[in-house]
Amino acid sequence: MKKLLLLVLFALVTLVTYAGGYRVSVQGQRAMAMGHTGVAVVNSAELVFFNPAGLVYLENKLNISAGASGIFTDVIYQNSDLGISSETDSSVGTPLNLYGSYKVNDWLALGLGVYTPYGSEVTWPTDWAGSHLVNNIELAAIYIQPVVSIKLSDKFSIGGGPIYVTGSVNFNRNANRTLTDIDGNRSNITVDDSGVSNWGWSISAMFNPTENFRLGFNYRSEIILEAEGGEATFSNFPNSPAVPANGTTTFDAELPLPAELSVGLSYQFHKKWLFAFDYNRQFWDVYESLDIQFGTGTTSLNTRNYKNSSVYRFGLQYDATSKISLRAGYYIDESPVQSGFFAPETPRNDSQGYTGGISFAITPKLAIDASFFYLRFEEVNESYDFYQENGQNVPFSGTYKSSAFAPGLGLTYKL
Amino acid sequence: MKNNIKYLAILALGLVACESEFDNPIDEAGVYSSGEADFSNFVALGNSLTAGFADNALYITGQENSYPNILSKQFALVGGGEFTQPLMADNVGGFAGQTATFPPRLVLAFDGEGNPGPAIYTGAAPSTNITANLGASFNNMGVPGARVYHLGFPGYGALNPYFGRFASEPNATVIGDAVAQSPTFFSLWIGNNDILGYATSGGVGVDHNVTGNTDPSTYSPQGLDITNAGLFESTYKALIGALVSTDAKGVVLNLPNVTTLPFFTTVPFAPLSPLDPSFGPQIPTLNATYAGLNAALAFAGVPERAISFSASAASPVVIKDESLEDVSADLAIALAGTFGPLAPIVAAQYGQARQATANDLLVLTSSGIIGQVNQERFDELVGLGLTPELAGQFSVNGVTYPLQDQYVLTPAEQSSVENARQAFNTTIATVANDNGLAFYNVANDLTQAASGGIPFDGGLITSDFVTGGGFSLDGVHPTPRAHALVTNGIINAIEIKYGATLPSVNPGDYGTVTLSNDVGAN
Repeated sequence: MKKLLLLVLFALVTLVTYAGGYRVSVQGQRAMAMGHTGVAVVNSAELVFFNPAGLVYLENKLNISAGASGIFTDVIYQNSDLGISSETDSSVGTPLNLYGSYKVNDWLALGLGVYTPYGSEVTWPTDWAGSHLVNNIELAAIYIQPVVSIKLSDKFSIGGGPIYVTGSVNFNRNANRTLTDIDGNRSNITVDDSGVSNWGWSISAMFNPTENFRLGFNYRSEIILEAEGGEATFSNFPNSPAVPANGTTTFDAELPLPAELSVGLSYQFHKKWLFAFDYNRQFWDVYESLDIQFGTGTTSLNTRNYKNSSVYRFGLQYDATSKISLRAGYYIDESPVQSGFFAPETPRNDSQGYTGGISFAITPKLAIDASFFYLRFEEVNESYDFYQENGQNVPFSGTYKSSAFAPGLGLTYKL
Repeated sequence: MKNNIKYLAILALGLVACESEFDNPIDEAGVYSSGEADFSNFVALGNSLTAGFADNALYITGQENSYPNILSKQFALVGGGEFTQPLMADNVGGFAGQTATFPPRLVLAFDGEGNPGPAIYTGAAPSTNITANLGASFNNMGVPGARVYHLGFPGYGALNPYFGRFASEPNATVIGDAVAQSPTFFSLWIGNNDILGYATSGGVGVDHNVTGNTDPSTYSPQGLDITNAGLFESTYKALIGALVSTDAKGVVLNLPNVTTLPFFTTVPFAPLSPLDPSFGPQIPTLNATYAGLNAALAFAGVPERAISFSASAASPVVIKDESLEDVSADLAIALAGTFGPLAPIVAAQYGQARQATANDLLVLTSSGIIGQVNQERFDELVGLGLTPELAGQFSVNGVTYPLQDQYVLTPAEQSSVENARQAFNTTIATVANDNGLAFYNVANDLTQAASGGIPFDGGLITSDFVTGGGFSLDGVHPTPRAHALVTNGIINAIEIKYGATLPSVNPGDYGTVTLSNDVGAN
């Protein structure tokens, strides 16, 4: 009992994370509870995402995992030189995941996953100090992935499969720092598109040197979402030939969903205890610039210049009773945003995540999984230096502080 | 099961949402301070500059971007109270049904060839009722058009609807209504109109530092005269005396050099280009005609007034300089041979004429009339017996018909304005010092804007018309961006005088001129 309490406390006070940029690492309740480790954990159908190669090692013929989290984020901004401050509307993101796997025979398992690894929802007060960079943004990408898992031996398996992505974007910001119509309403532009789709793939492997020790590898390819012919709406522009007319036009833009490499291990060091470690490398350097080409011929170029980033994840699982498993985790998440490129649409600096969770088996077949994470960001003085006005860079700077908290619930079914 | 529930309950504790908080939030005490000042009730006094008048009109967004209103938002971080303004009814400006005397605002419109220029906004009709009274308690007491002696003048509301809109009673004074609000802090920026009206009208008024007249009731009702410096001093002292009588602290601003305003610096003294198809081809004819006049001017003993137009460079306009000796009589004699009985008429037209020099300032409103036939003069000449053809030839503004007094501020007139300004500024600085008030030398900043520019994060703020970002389309009143600069200057003065610590504002966050092609037919 004492041990249990200690573990729960550990779960509550340790740090956990999601990931930089617009990557949202909440792809499984059980993994989430363990710091979002899982590339070498054979536990549930969440492997469709974390490492399809491991599916074939699941004991049951049919495995289903479903879950959802509510992410409560809060970003505050202030500039003490100018006496201004703002706070984002406490938006709630809801990443979903649904995984299933079916063991066809001893060496082959098939699986299917639906998950949302990329997304962002940031809503600043309309016309706030940084409104020329963003008023609000909502990004979502749904991954649909069939996978195959093949056991080559009891020690080694491979897996992978194609990924179909469908994404949507809604992004509003003011035309610049000062343009208004005759009544002082700020001129602004909204770009909106949905059903933007493309294909990618993932490949993975699992190696079990001993019965209690596993190594995992997973690589998910980069996918570029190309919005073509989306809708751009110009609002509150003054009636003048010097500025765009109000109304709608089309826009083209590209948004990269970067590749991610994961390697990790899990070690069952006691009958009831499992330790896991994952290392993620996210190839954000593909995100050089957000360029929006409007149907009117004008272009908006927004330098991003992200860098590749790493995440270090640690997780612990304790099977407290036959019905209850407790989990805790911690992760260190490097931001892909470089200094001077800190745009308030993805105000992420380095962070630390603290996770915890519990599974409760209602029946031997069905379990409820609960997880939470709390993401802690250091206060940071940053700026976005590449906004241009009349050919001159006009930095937007200040102090930012963010936090994110996400409770989640899921079900695991096995047959 | 009991235990299971316990675990879940403990887990639930973690669900308490976590709010972000800064180590040093700016809304907490200790970051900024009001020093020795108390901003809880801030009242701003002044003229159009204080009211937020811009683009030749008073309208809501101009009022919202007035320096007192911007300042009040910074004061709010250190105990400043609500700041109320007598807002107009719309963003059109002017008064309903009064467009001749109170026209709508100017906007920057593009003509058919894509050339930008100021034009009167016609997208909606003015809707502000000129007689409606909004009540007397407003923190912004700026009254467009007010001169120093107007603030203490009982019944000023009947003369100026901008005060009538919020005067407490028919006989109220601006200063009385301000003091009645018991301000804890005040600002006063007054005196600009005491020289500006004379300057913008090209010096047609009277300089009362020359006449010695200290009775403002006898001054030009259109505000064309220069206020006597002695009157300015006694009035200004009385205003400050009233404001500090309740131990209020405050800030005062001095008067910038009006001749650096784009209203005086935009139209060049030599705008007549030989490349202009409507002017260039006529240069030989004009010079041949003026040769006769130049001979007559030599006969009259003023050969330096000879007029000619260059075929290779832009030439100065011909102006009437009323400070010159009138040589019409001599001209009439010399021209009799050429013009016969019409000679006195022609002579009168050029009796005080000369070509402009770089020292003459042409007002902004002259840009539309130079090179155009002056219909009034044409009709006059025809009435005097000239043929329409000849009348037309002698009626071209700035070319054959000398630009009249109201379009040119000559060096002598500029001196009148500048001498008065210096005297007024001496008074302002002295009174500020004697009363322990913060003093902002805004004149210095305007000089910098006019001579190189004031840097901000998006470039330079200069006094150039339209493109400089500092002046609205009337060429006199500041843009929101310039109001932001003034705000920062005031904040600096308050910090120095009262030991306050206040955040400044970023001029780049404030706009300049407003675009609109809702300007009717153009």
